[in-house]
Amino acid sequence: MKRINFTKEHFVKYVLTIFALSSLLFLFLIFIFILFEGLPLFHKIGLKNIIFGFKWAPTKGSFGIFPMIVSSFLVTLGALFVGAPMGLSCAIYLSEYSGKKMKMFLKPALELLAGIPSVVYGFLGVVYIVPFVRNYFGGAGFSLLSTSIILGVMILPTIISISFDAITSVPKTYREGSFAMGATKWQTIYKVVIPSAKSGILASFILGMGRAIGETMAVIMVAGNALKIPTSILDPLRTLTSNIALELAYATGDHRLGLFSTGVVLLVIIMILNYIANFGIKKKVIR
Amino acid sequence: MRIKPRLVDKIVRLFFNFQAFFTVGILVVIVAVIFFKGAPHISLGFIFSSPEDMGRHGGIFSTIIGTVLLVLLSIFLATPLGVGTAIFLTEYTKESIFTKFIRFGVESLAGIPSILYGLFGFIFFVIKLKMGWSVLSGMLTITIMILPTIIRTSEEAIKAVPRNLRIVSYSLSATRWETVKKVVIPSAVPGILTGIMLSVGRAVGETAAVIFTMGSSLRLPTSLMDSSRTMAVHFYILAREGISMEKAYATALVLVMSILIINIIAYYLMNKMISKYS
Repeated sequence: MKRINFTKEHFVKYVLTIFALSSLLFLFLIFIFILFEGLPLFHKIGLKNIIFGFKWAPTKGSFGIFPMIVSSFLVTLGALFVGAPMGLSCAIYLSEYSGKKMKMFLKPALELLAGIPSVVYGFLGVVYIVPFVRNYFGGAGFSLLSTSIILGVMILPTIISISFDAITSVPKTYREGSFAMGATKWQTIYKVVIPSAKSGILASFILGMGRAIGETMAVIMVAGNALKIPTSILDPLRTLTSNIALELAYATGDHRLGLFSTGVVLLVIIMILNYIANFGIKKKVIR
Repeated sequence: MRIKPRLVDKIVRLFFNFQAFFTVGILVVIVAVIFFKGAPHISLGFIFSSPEDMGRHGGIFSTIIGTVLLVLLSIFLATPLGVGTAIFLTEYTKESIFTKFIRFGVESLAGIPSILYGLFGFIFFVIKLKMGWSVLSGMLTITIMILPTIIRTSEEAIKAVPRNLRIVSYSLSATRWETVKKVVIPSAVPGILTGIMLSVGRAVGETAAVIFTMGSSLRLPTSLMDSSRTMAVHFYILAREGISMEKAYATALVLVMSILIINIIAYYLMNKMISKYS
């Protein structure tokens, strides 16, 4: 009887180990297959001609994605410009100002924003934000500005929940010490709480950037998808993600490989951002 | 002139109040717009009849079936994998290089944007494994995509189960697996369900990863090898190609309401878990 249990224990442990390894396997497969399809073109066309090339004409042998890289960073910064102050304020409110009952209601409500699918954000962007920008700021409305507004709202839940965690993990004694010195609540938040939670807050911004740069469907719908570097916030643009999604369905041959090369660049950017963000979060935990 | 700190304090407090309610206001406005624009076009007929003429007429029945099929199959695959991983990480090992690697894998998967899952699913399942645009390719892609959510929430839930319960179980000479199966998992169920519900919500709303792996056929799928269209993909096509605004709003209403309900259930379960152990 004991013996059967013993082997069963081992069996369970092996199965669970295999399950746990599956995540690594999937990550490995994703990397291998995107790199395998994406890298040959870097070899054929040249790294420089792809990353710093200005012209995207995949059927004519030009695979420059520089304008898309720039555009991706622009919308990400735009999103951060809109989302970071709002998100951080909400996190501060939730952690420092709101009462317990209010928090019980507000926190889930804010997290529900994350549940709304990106296509819905994109659609509402087309119906409300794009005409608003067109009427009040000029241009076609499909623009860096509209995209930044939509993405800014979309990254709010990420920024709020992670910076909230960072702010609440600041020890209560820090605040009490500050109050004891006669500081007001705002002085305490501004001079004590925020500096102590700095790395976590920065991590939330970087994870927000990761979300914004990876967002696809909403961006396709509001960005206008023009193939050039925008010169004003009212210009249309095309990001790395939308380039893939717009053309993948019908691309063949080198054209398809070009989309995978776009994917490789996106993957590298995302991995770097995630690495930095995790570093920030870990630092917070150690302290 | 020096502004009084107490006055600044009051202004700042007002500002933060405003910010928080403004942000919640965004959610309220989104839901309200979808509701009021969509509700007039919703009927039983809309839900129970299939789209005709590219979605210009008829309902969304086949897309509801497509969504349910995709979500159920992915959850069915991802739950054992995810909960198993969480059990392994919390109950079967100590922190080591090995668990660090696994955690790195999970964190990285969580950070990969859905379009890259779409790209991967397209080249791996659709092309290389010759599954074509099918429910099978879609569900395998989505399984990988939702796995990190299930792992992380299950891990949190399992960690929240008090140590005493395990010690008592061991003292009654239960083995590790018996303890996990009969004590740890039952206590962690609400937390695990939270992860599952959040994943369902994510899968229901997903577009980029689904459209390139499952395709967008409007026919009712009859086998795993059939292409099918989810509600989110249908909504995207209706809106982007300007097929019908009314149908788009109505589809959005069904989509958003189902996701909200799913997420609210998830939070309810999470609160249950929290209040149970703290």
